[in-house]
Amino acid sequence: MSDPVEATPRQLGWRRFRRHRLGFFCAMLLLAMYITAYLSDFVTPYATDTRNVSAINAPPMSIHFIDKNGQFHFRPFVYGWDRSINPDTWAREYRENPELVFPIRFFSRGEPYKLWGLIPLETHLFTVQNDQYIHLFGTDPLGRDMFSRVIHGARISLSIGLIGATLTLFFGVLLGGLSGYLGGWTDRIIQRIIEVLQSIPHLPIWMALSAALPVSWSPLLTYFGVTIILSLLAWPGLARQVRGRFLALREEEFVVAARLLGARKLRVIFRHMLPNFLSHTITIATLAVPAMILGETALSFLGIGLRPPVVSWGVLLQQAQNYQVIVMSPWLLIPGLFVVVTVMAFNLMGDGLRDAADPYSTQGQK
Amino acid sequence: MDPIIQINDLSVQFRTDTGITQALDGITFDVERGKVTAIVGESGSGKSVTANCVMRLIQPPGYITGGSIQCRPKANAAFDIVSLPDKDPLLYDLRGGTISMVFQEPMTALSPVLKVGNQISEAILCHRNVTKKQAWREASDMLEHVGIGDVERRMHMYPFEFSGGMRQRAVIAMALVCNPELLICDEPTTALDVTIQAEILTLIRDLQSELNNSVIFITHDLGVVAQIADYVVVMYQVRILEIGSVHDVLKDPLHPYTKGLLAAIPGTAPPGQRLQTISSVVDPKELETPYPLVTLNNGRKVSLPNNQIRKGT
Amino acid sequence: MVPTLALISIIVFIVIQLPPGDIVTSTLDRLQASGVEVSAEQVQNLRAQYNLDKPMYMQYVHWIGGFLTGDMGYSYLYARPVNELVWERMGYTLIITFAALIFVWVVAIPLGIYTAVRQYSIGDYTLTSAGLIGLATPPFLLGLILMYVGYEWFGVSIGGLFSPEYREAPWSWLRFKDFLSHLWIPMIVLGLGGTAAQMRIMRANLLDELKKPYVVTARAKGVKPFKLIMKYPVRIAINPFVSSLGLQIPFLISGEAIVGMVLNLPTTGPMLFQALLNQDMYLAGSFLMLLSILTVLAMLASDLLLAIVDPRIKYE
Repeated sequence: MSDPVEATPRQLGWRRFRRHRLGFFCAMLLLAMYITAYLSDFVTPYATDTRNVSAINAPPMSIHFIDKNGQFHFRPFVYGWDRSINPDTWAREYRENPELVFPIRFFSRGEPYKLWGLIPLETHLFTVQNDQYIHLFGTDPLGRDMFSRVIHGARISLSIGLIGATLTLFFGVLLGGLSGYLGGWTDRIIQRIIEVLQSIPHLPIWMALSAALPVSWSPLLTYFGVTIILSLLAWPGLARQVRGRFLALREEEFVVAARLLGARKLRVIFRHMLPNFLSHTITIATLAVPAMILGETALSFLGIGLRPPVVSWGVLLQQAQNYQVIVMSPWLLIPGLFVVVTVMAFNLMGDGLRDAADPYSTQGQK
Repeated sequence: MDPIIQINDLSVQFRTDTGITQALDGITFDVERGKVTAIVGESGSGKSVTANCVMRLIQPPGYITGGSIQCRPKANAAFDIVSLPDKDPLLYDLRGGTISMVFQEPMTALSPVLKVGNQISEAILCHRNVTKKQAWREASDMLEHVGIGDVERRMHMYPFEFSGGMRQRAVIAMALVCNPELLICDEPTTALDVTIQAEILTLIRDLQSELNNSVIFITHDLGVVAQIADYVVVMYQVRILEIGSVHDVLKDPLHPYTKGLLAAIPGTAPPGQRLQTISSVVDPKELETPYPLVTLNNGRKVSLPNNQIRKGT
Repeated sequence: MVPTLALISIIVFIVIQLPPGDIVTSTLDRLQASGVEVSAEQVQNLRAQYNLDKPMYMQYVHWIGGFLTGDMGYSYLYARPVNELVWERMGYTLIITFAALIFVWVVAIPLGIYTAVRQYSIGDYTLTSAGLIGLATPPFLLGLILMYVGYEWFGVSIGGLFSPEYREAPWSWLRFKDFLSHLWIPMIVLGLGGTAAQMRIMRANLLDELKKPYVVTARAKGVKPFKLIMKYPVRIAINPFVSSLGLQIPFLISGEAIVGMVLNLPTTGPMLFQALLNQDMYLAGSFLMLLSILTVLAMLASDLLLAIVDPRIKYE
């Protein structure tokens, strides 16, 4: 038999997180998404409002390597559209035109833009020649490239998630900790506030508060307004958990032991209690991000969250409000797919973190 | 020699992401009918795993990888417990019927949301075709028999309303209520106070002599072995080191490890001296070499190289 | 419970009043947009008529007083008493919410048990993955997708609670059947997220319980597998499940608002939305209060249910 290997809780935690391959994979996926979102100007061929009148409501394009003669090309390409009007339905129809070959160029010049609003650049990850076009996710009723809009929108949606979760974490830990630590009247008041806020149905109140945001506000103010509204109803849940943990830990033997050994209150809190629930709390905060993203998407979808010209996934989904639109242009639902994937990734990563945060629990899927 | 259980070359593995662990290696011994056989050893030696095998309670990631366990019930034909398929009805008869088990932790052994009477009479209802009322009556009788007073009221209580000692008595009652031929006790007194320990031990011994069933008693405490057992099996790190009658093994231990165990009992060791450690008594490498069990003249067995066995034994 | 509701009513009132302007200004905007001129005096009269010239706290008292005596005020947007507008809508909301709740209960428990007992099996992986997707899909998106699928694959137009011919008809057996045939869609759209969440909870709880000693004891008694699972670990894992089920109700209630709008249902959501946009104070406030009361009652009910089901709590 081999010698028992000793590992610190942090090592155990990291090892467990990595073993939870799915959680780890999701963490990497999300990292990639955030990086892509913040480099959206570079990654996408078009800006959010660039219109292409020759491809209005066009479906997604397929990427080809083999042309109509059966010849293989290293450089992938797409076909241009032939537009026609269906004589029966009067609807616009698109057919691939194998004569119009648009080779995809990588790292080449396209529309000028300013990276992060500062650096003027012209190079895009991929693009096509000036008089050609590429729409990997199709276009919307105004002829705007959905792929570009989805990636640009990711920046807003993903960041609202992060910022909202951070706010939630901050208020949750602050108020929950105060409540648990101070006890007495402070505790009772905060408890009452938590109870009240948790008894109010979320979406209706979000709707009410968002409807209250003045239409005259700038997009930036609206953005922060929405973020604050979302975290306003999320922090009570976290605060309650923090308080519960605090109260439970206070009675734990190792805390009593620390106090008996003469440690001051503050030291007891930071050195002994905080590490214990910090990982648990961070895990919950991670799981709060998808709630924020879903909330913003719902509000913007209804038209009372973020509004055009701001682009977020919710704003994009607003164009898919009724089923006639969806039936005609189902690719307008693609932002929804991104929402689902992002939320799933956060949930799975949160699961992995939860397993890792408690290295001594025997629960855990493979 | 009339064994009720014959274990032969039993091996068990635990397969996890971190590797394969051998939990039992070539375990062979008999359990005499009507006698108390103690299994003694440290934590991790494989005592509980052995007991769980007899009841076929081992579940993945644990697997029985070899050997056989012959069960010879009084009334029926003998059969091999290991080779029975998972859902074999014989297994359900076996568990709680022919063989019962009492576990270490009385505090968690019973479901907290079901009444004690419910859980005890369930044992009867699983094995015999009687009315609920009848089962409840027999359960009450047994509960009284193990020393619980005011049984009518207690039967309707929940486990958390019982003290530790009382809970263990209830668990023992639950195990004996179907009159099993073999009772396995897996360290039943380790989690209890010393005074309660004594009571429970006395209870088990008295019940055994009254019902004349066979008992496997697992413990790490040699004192308990001396009190209650007829035969003893010494285990260390998934193997058996020595088997014999309690009288023989404790009076005249053959294996240096057994000698070391006995020497480490405070009270037998000379005062003012350090207690013996394993490595000071026997070479660890020697200890880890799986010498096969050698049967000696009087039926004793020991796992030692031939040159170390005393002449005339 | 009462102080909570009182505080909620204050919050609701404040929230309603937050947008700048009021029903009069938004009515004016609408009138002016259609070219009607209104004099200052008419505006003044309108204000007085709607009690909008009184200070805030008076308006609050007026509203809450009416609410408590059963008079929920008057909807300026629809020019009808709120009572008339509210109950029918609340009725459908309640039915759909409870239908979704039953759906969650009926589906999540067996599936949760199955995935815990058959851990690592193909069934487990499939159901757990499906559950994750269900959790991640916002109800309104699900509604949109189902609408698309219904149209493209089945040629059916999904939405609304009744076929056109039954919409205004009086209640009859046929109307009821038509209602049921439409009900299952909002029920699933609304309930799927909750089902996925509860399934995970049941699975996690049960996995915890399956490892516990009392399960081993019961197995050692010879209890057969199905009974073993149901009578021992499931019986205990149900308890936190029941309490978390109660917590699902607020999500169902709030999710219902948006599902109602996507699927075009005659429920509180669409009307509440309009009321909020137009600052129809009595209507919006009443809806919000009613929904909050429903939430509080549901949480209370789930606490009670938990106490009944778990004898340990009663003892404490």
